[in-house]
Amino acid sequence: MLQGVIHQIMSGIATGGIYASVALALVMIYQATHHVNFAQGEMATFSTYIALTCINLGFPYWVAFAIAVVISFFIGLAIERILMRPLANAPVLASVGVFVGLLLIINSLSGWFFDYTIKQFPSPFPDRPMLGGYLSGHELGSTAVTLIVLILVYLFFRHTRLGLAMRAAAFNPTSARLVGVRVGWMLALGWGLAAAIGAVAGCMVAPVVFLDPNMMSGILLYAFAGALLGGIDNPLGAVLGGFAVGVIENLGGAYLVGTELKLTLALVIIVAVLTVRPTGLMGRKVYSRV
Amino acid sequence: MSNLLEAKGVHAAYGETKVLHGIDFAVRQGGVTALLGANGAGKTTTLRAICGLVRARGDISLDGRRIDGMATEDIVRLGVAHVPEGRGTFMELTVEENLKLGAYTRPAREATADFGHMFAYFPRLKERFKQQAGTLSGGEQQMLAIARALLLRPRLLLLDEPSFGLAPLIVQEIFRILKRIREDAGVSILLVEQNAALALEFAEDAYLLETGRIVMSGPAAEISKDEGIRRSYLGY
Repeated sequence: MLQGVIHQIMSGIATGGIYASVALALVMIYQATHHVNFAQGEMATFSTYIALTCINLGFPYWVAFAIAVVISFFIGLAIERILMRPLANAPVLASVGVFVGLLLIINSLSGWFFDYTIKQFPSPFPDRPMLGGYLSGHELGSTAVTLIVLILVYLFFRHTRLGLAMRAAAFNPTSARLVGVRVGWMLALGWGLAAAIGAVAGCMVAPVVFLDPNMMSGILLYAFAGALLGGIDNPLGAVLGGFAVGVIENLGGAYLVGTELKLTLALVIIVAVLTVRPTGLMGRKVYSRV
Repeated sequence: MSNLLEAKGVHAAYGETKVLHGIDFAVRQGGVTALLGANGAGKTTTLRAICGLVRARGDISLDGRRIDGMATEDIVRLGVAHVPEGRGTFMELTVEENLKLGAYTRPAREATADFGHMFAYFPRLKERFKQQAGTLSGGEQQMLAIARALLLRPRLLLLDEPSFGLAPLIVQEIFRILKRIREDAGVSILLVEQNAALALEFAEDAYLLETGRIVMSGPAAEISKDEGIRRSYLGY
């Protein structure tokens, strides 16, 4: 029994890492624009297809992975510059409409370019149990990759000028412009980074769930639950929330509701957080004077 | 003395609401100009028009170079630092990060050397260096805002109500420091103030704004002596 629980927790952490990455991507765009990018999952799926295409072209795994991440970065950048830029001052519903449209367009493009059949995606990690049988090689490897990405993102935002400028642009755009930060480009950069992080998450999850155009739709829901749980405006909170949702999902699926109702747990978390504590566990309260 | 900043026929509006109706003004090289007027006269809008935060019509030039229509980020790079209304503190960031952002357009090494000068003016900021800026008092935030602006090494400093919401003693301290900064750095200043007596004492030139029009201008000393103006416009 206890072993089973530990096993569920460990693999919950492994999937939680994927949710944490996607949650971080969501937060990155949310912080700067106060919009949730519903297309984040589809963008990640598309990136995974890019990686698969490169692998099929004969590139070694990590080269293909790097190519997918870099191309995704520029796709994210381009989406912000071309599609989101003109909407900077548009009402919320217009942006939501564009996000949903983007979701459908990218989903269809994935199907059109790479067809709708379910594809296998290789894992770069050895296929054998590790850590005393608690985790598969892929689970352990993908958790490590996730952690490395999270640490790199943290270091970038904490210790580089550009990272500081991006945070400034998100917190206080007017003041940021007044010290010379090019706020528009910081937003685009945020989109690029979010897309790149999504690409990593896509490549790490694809060997487990297999690749098809709808691969990320469920994952986006879990990631969103994670982001809300931790606080949608707090990157660290969202990451921890993502891991927590992974563990909750696994434990709940194994002992509480069964695997068929696992996705419902994500929805329950979303509704519960929004009604009980809308700022999430680590989010900041926003007071506005009237 | 030549003019560093010159504005002619500046109009500005927020949507349908016109705020400035063609105003002319100038800031002399190395001088301090005060912009006075009641609430809603358009003082803040004038500053925002200079640094491109609000769309404006008319000629605005810095050292003979037209800056109207330029992006804020580019105007800033020409050496215009704006201490905005409400101080514009990055509340979530530390004092250190706020200061680093002030020097964002300059090479990092040069900027950290300048931190020392700022601590000489504002020792309080050194004590609070690692603290989150949102936890600072109003006066400290004003000092931080001025230091952040100075780290740009500006030629023109736009100050929007540095006395706002502060205790009289703190206001005095801040203006004392501003005088020192002016002597040391040779920066030209355009000062917007509700507190006319304070502003006229600090400035050499003054303009009086009323509902988006300039109704009076001249040497600060003369304006402060004119009892009629004082009674009808400045209220002291």
